[in-house]
Amino acid sequence: MSNPILEANKLCKTFGSLVAVQDVSIDIHKDEIHAVIGPNGAGKSTLISQICGSLSSDKGSVFLLGRDITNLPTEKRASLGIGRTFQISALAKEDTVLENAILGSVGASGKHWRFFNPVLKNSILRDEAESCLELVGLKDLINLKTATLSHGQLRLLEVAIALTLKPKVFIMDEPMAGLGSDGTKQLTEFLDKLRERAPILLVEHDMDAVFALANRITVLDYGRVIASDNASSIKKDPEVQKAYLGEG
Amino acid sequence: MIKERHLNIFVLGLLIFVPIFAYWNDQPFTITLMTRAVIFAIAAVGLNLALGIGGFISFGHAAFFGLGGYVMGILAWHSQNYVTLVEWPILIEGTKSMPIIWIITIAASALLAAIIGMISLKTTGVYFIMITLAFAQMMYYFSTSWSAYGGEDGLSIYVRNNFPGLNTLDPIQFFSICCVILLIVLFFMGRLIKSPFGLALNASRQSRQRIEAVGFDFHKLQLTAFILSGAITGLSGALFADLNRFVSPSMFSWQLSGEFIVFIIIGGVGRLFGPVIGALIFVWLEHLIGGISDYWHIFLGFILLAIVLFGKGGITGLLCQKDAQHE
Amino acid sequence: MSFVLIAEQILNGLQFGIMLFLMSAGLTLIFGVMGLINLAHGSLYMIGAFVAAAVASATGSFILALVAALSAAALAGAIVEITIIRKLYNRNHLDQVLATFALILIFSEGTRWVFGSFPLYLDAPSYLQGAVTLPGGIQYPLYRITLIFFGLIIGLGLGLLITKTRLGVQIRAGENDREMVSALGVNISKLYTFIFALGAALAGLAGALVGAIQSVEVGMGEPVLILAFVVIVIGGIGSVKGALIGSILVGLTDTLGGIFLPKFFSFFMDLATATNVGSSIASMSIYILMSIVLVWRPTGLFGQKV
Repeated sequence: MSNPILEANKLCKTFGSLVAVQDVSIDIHKDEIHAVIGPNGAGKSTLISQICGSLSSDKGSVFLLGRDITNLPTEKRASLGIGRTFQISALAKEDTVLENAILGSVGASGKHWRFFNPVLKNSILRDEAESCLELVGLKDLINLKTATLSHGQLRLLEVAIALTLKPKVFIMDEPMAGLGSDGTKQLTEFLDKLRERAPILLVEHDMDAVFALANRITVLDYGRVIASDNASSIKKDPEVQKAYLGEG
Repeated sequence: MIKERHLNIFVLGLLIFVPIFAYWNDQPFTITLMTRAVIFAIAAVGLNLALGIGGFISFGHAAFFGLGGYVMGILAWHSQNYVTLVEWPILIEGTKSMPIIWIITIAASALLAAIIGMISLKTTGVYFIMITLAFAQMMYYFSTSWSAYGGEDGLSIYVRNNFPGLNTLDPIQFFSICCVILLIVLFFMGRLIKSPFGLALNASRQSRQRIEAVGFDFHKLQLTAFILSGAITGLSGALFADLNRFVSPSMFSWQLSGEFIVFIIIGGVGRLFGPVIGALIFVWLEHLIGGISDYWHIFLGFILLAIVLFGKGGITGLLCQKDAQHE
Repeated sequence: MSFVLIAEQILNGLQFGIMLFLMSAGLTLIFGVMGLINLAHGSLYMIGAFVAAAVASATGSFILALVAALSAAALAGAIVEITIIRKLYNRNHLDQVLATFALILIFSEGTRWVFGSFPLYLDAPSYLQGAVTLPGGIQYPLYRITLIFFGLIIGLGLGLLITKTRLGVQIRAGENDREMVSALGVNISKLYTFIFALGAALAGLAGALVGAIQSVEVGMGEPVLILAFVVIVIGGIGSVKGALIGSILVGLTDTLGGIFLPKFFSFFMDLATATNVGSSIASMSIYILMSIVLVWRPTGLFGQKV
């Protein structure tokens, strides 16, 4: 097997007496979608925050393309290639859709400290942002205020911004949450193709989507990995059924 | 409803034609009043970068305003009294040249903003408000206790500083200097808001997570904005001291910090011309009501309460509501 | 420098700190429970001082003056809370800052309008004038000693109110979870008015008590207000215990710095320069203290971690 793109080793995180994540290891390889599932409070969001850097880890390490990023701040990890989407949309709601997307292109370009030239007139950055918006199907909405978008459109914008970063790996926190069945179907098809650009670490509650997409699935319960295997084995795993699917 | 751009052009027209009109009719006091408004506008435009775009409420921008005043005062005082400023390790004399004073003011204010910013931007919200207020107060007490430069009495400058080719004592010429500086600051601010930095700063106010997820260093972004903001407000302080030919600890007062915020609120938060409109209206009201009653601050208090409780978006918001929504 | 002088200065610092505590306790409670930044707290301090001075000169009774100051400030606080402050709880900090800034303007100019621009004077009652001799031969004004004890008793009372009474439970619950308080069937708006009036009463009392040491004038409240901000930033917003410790730290730093820093600098420079440099740095000492605390703990000594 090739070297993993992203690798987390034995991550731990406690909040007071609560153990949120304990010795969780996970890796993501080229061209794959690796899903993380588990009941509410299993530690999925904590794990994502540790990998992306918004929470520090008590123990363990994170490697991106072989580079130790355990102690880097969020923005450093982002510029090294982690493209994250948020469960609760984190967007500049007063700005337009295009402005939100172009923020990603600027961030990825490293041209953060330019004070003079209008960013919307920079055709390279603008083209990039527009093409990413086009990919997710938001091309027609680029001049709308983000606050006016529907819930599903906001999710797509999250994905589009992650695309503008040209990340080495996508980390998506419940991208399907709150989408209707049509929306889920569309996004599932989109993510299926997206894995060719960069592998995806997918945290998702929608089991149909997970089983349709995931090459591998890791199951968390009470902060621990209770199983990690391909989709069909996971379905049959008795411990998973007991802990998670409730078919004990 | 009118377009924000048209309102801005109207304000620019006021800035240029009111003083010309006053000049023709020999009303130097009106020109001085306009100069005061323009200088306050520069201060508030500076603050608006931190408060309106960046979203961190500095209640201590008088620290930079006062520092600008003292940089000007100290340099000019040394020059007019023929006392060297620094003898060792290198000889530095005072100066009466405006451009040199401005450059030193900008550098000094930026440095002070870097120090205050590094400490206070570790915090957010109410802590930030109180800490910036406290730092401005610190500068105030420092200036009152520093007797070498006048202590509580401040410093008087006999003659206004020089600008090559102009007679700065002529009200209209000094007004022109201040007005051109305001226009330059507005031009750069207008570009800045639309630049990559401005876009990121604007987004950082709305979502810190977002800005970090796309690779921006949130703290550096805020600190840079705070330094730029402090430098602009500092420059206006040097002009203000030059207008009055006097600088005193009152330029560090918390009331001034509050009034800068008031300019922005009256005019419209985060709008390019908001602080300019606010400063113009404030100075005009101060003159108008202050002429009728000794207690004009009571009226200001009630006006302000009404704006906060009932009006949103200031004057610009009131006039350009539709425009803002459709943008 | 003698032991007596040092002891005197420590007592001065303590007295200053205790008065700051009366101001900052209300401020920190109002922020902790209602989430409101109240710049007009200094105005309530001023109102207390003015009412005390007016009542004392009309009746000659200091006790009556204190009661009047406390009641007037509490009443003013309650009225302001009901008419204006209440509308600000759900607003952002900028609106709160501006509205309470507007209140300062109204209160200050209103007071100037009623009482004129000249300062008033309030004398400590005859039975509290003069000095007492403390152990170690320290002569110290009786009035200031009384202030220290009085302030400590109020602090103790406030502590008991918050930790031991039903009202205290509601206040603490309000700091943690506003929805829970109303779910418990507490009349939230009455509770808020009460807390605001309580804070106002403490501020008014502090103004009246300090009024007997300083002159009573318009604008006396804001410097104290800003010091109270420094106190609660150091102590941690919302924490009454933090306010007490912060107050005493600030009081001692300010008083002792003003005395000892010039002396300290006189060891290595001539007297005039040392006095100048020393007092300049002393004027900054509490802000330096605040910066150090913040770098170490960004939410203050007893503040909740964000």
